[in-house]
Amino acid sequence: MAKREGLEVSIAIGDAVKLANTDVIAAYPITPQTHIVEHLAELVADGDLDAEFIPVESEHSAMSACLGSAAAGARTFTATAGQGLELMHEVLYVASSMRLPIVMAVANRALSAPLSVWGDHSDVMAVRDTGWIQLFVENGQEAVDNVLCAFRMGEDKRVLLPVMVHVDGFHLTHVIEPILMPEPDEVSRFLPPNQYPLPLDPNRPVTMGDFAPPIIYTEAKWAQEVNLEASYDVVLEVWREFGKAFGRHYAPVESHHSRDARVLLLTMGSFSETAMVAVDKLRAEGENVGLIRLRLWRPFPFKELREAVKDAEVLIVLDRAVSFGGPGGPVCSEVKSALYAEAKKPKVVSFIGGLGGRDINVAGFEDMIKKGMAIARAGSEREFEMFEVRE
Amino acid sequence: MAKTESELTWKDLEVGCIATEPGSASKYQTGTWRSQRPIFDFNKCNKCGICYRFCPEGCIRKNKAGYFVPDMFYCKGCGICAAECPKEAIAMAEEEE
Repeated sequence: MAKREGLEVSIAIGDAVKLANTDVIAAYPITPQTHIVEHLAELVADGDLDAEFIPVESEHSAMSACLGSAAAGARTFTATAGQGLELMHEVLYVASSMRLPIVMAVANRALSAPLSVWGDHSDVMAVRDTGWIQLFVENGQEAVDNVLCAFRMGEDKRVLLPVMVHVDGFHLTHVIEPILMPEPDEVSRFLPPNQYPLPLDPNRPVTMGDFAPPIIYTEAKWAQEVNLEASYDVVLEVWREFGKAFGRHYAPVESHHSRDARVLLLTMGSFSETAMVAVDKLRAEGENVGLIRLRLWRPFPFKELREAVKDAEVLIVLDRAVSFGGPGGPVCSEVKSALYAEAKKPKVVSFIGGLGGRDINVAGFEDMIKKGMAIARAGSEREFEMFEVRE
Repeated sequence: MAKTESELTWKDLEVGCIATEPGSASKYQTGTWRSQRPIFDFNKCNKCGICYRFCPEGCIRKNKAGYFVPDMFYCKGCGICAAECPKEAIAMAEEEE
């Protein structure tokens, strides 16, 4: 019987990778992901995990090694953060368009300059278009659960895609949380072995990573998009199966008192938990507010989002990244785009905050919601506000 | 009959564009590249075989009568056969196709 233990989330993630019987880990250390890969290196060195740990010379090499490993049909894992995610950027597109299942935990970290090791979502926003399935977790238990789900989602024959599990840097990676680690036999029942349909095999040679002239590239990209959109159903199915097996349920858009709320706040990642407390406090004061949390980032849950906000008058979106000189908040711009053609839609108010590890506490969220309501009343929601910036 | 490249739809593509059959240069129609074509005059030809030996594509073949014929599926119209023929039996003409 599994028992709840206090575990540092990074260590728990490493343990989840071990429970999944991962075959290959190719990784380069970078704050705040280091504890994940150090723990995995120890597990392999101590013989607790029968896997190949490849200590590569950079994140670019890490993802490249993962490509090769996945191409050979091995269950493959890596982890990175911030600048590391950027260093492997060009290879990310290759992993998804070559349809290679790889699971990567991203310890979300701010991008330089100035140099910041602390958490925000700028690294995530830089990789929106890479074609990976992307999930956000809010606490340590979710991190463990979704790493396990990610292997099953990515390796499913209907999907065959790499998956990123976004874990807030420091706010999650470095905290000790109560976590129920599943038992090995429970995980082997939930997670079938990886059976890549066309692996590199001398007995059945294939060519991978071929080139496409203009006459066929469009068709290749359309096939890729159709597949990523179709993987949505598998994501939901895996979460349903996980719920049945372990009793913890996940959905693309999670609600916290959002059903009848007039004013909604939208958050992603660990800050959602603080926002929930703020929403509870405001509701106790008689405010008709609620919280929606985006868990599935790619493929974007258009249907669930539209459904979740359809009765709201105001939707306040918190972004933890800036799209400079453009739409400001990347998540907000995607939300607006998703709602553009709807006949009935809320006023969308954009805040950018929590950058470079800056905390937003409960009072901060209460303030944000009240400010958001005031902005909507004044009709000045077109511009975004840089939350709590000292001017 | 296999589809030509302009007939392939996105559904015809293997997952990740993996190629499960090895390709071959012999299937590639380099003949579409030419802007000139060689015209062989068998009245002048002495069957020396120099054109066959010099062709960089190796696409000139000996016919039953012992004369040499280029395979227009591959011929790129480089004109080396015409340049090397000691009997000036090969002339290059504009490709009209």
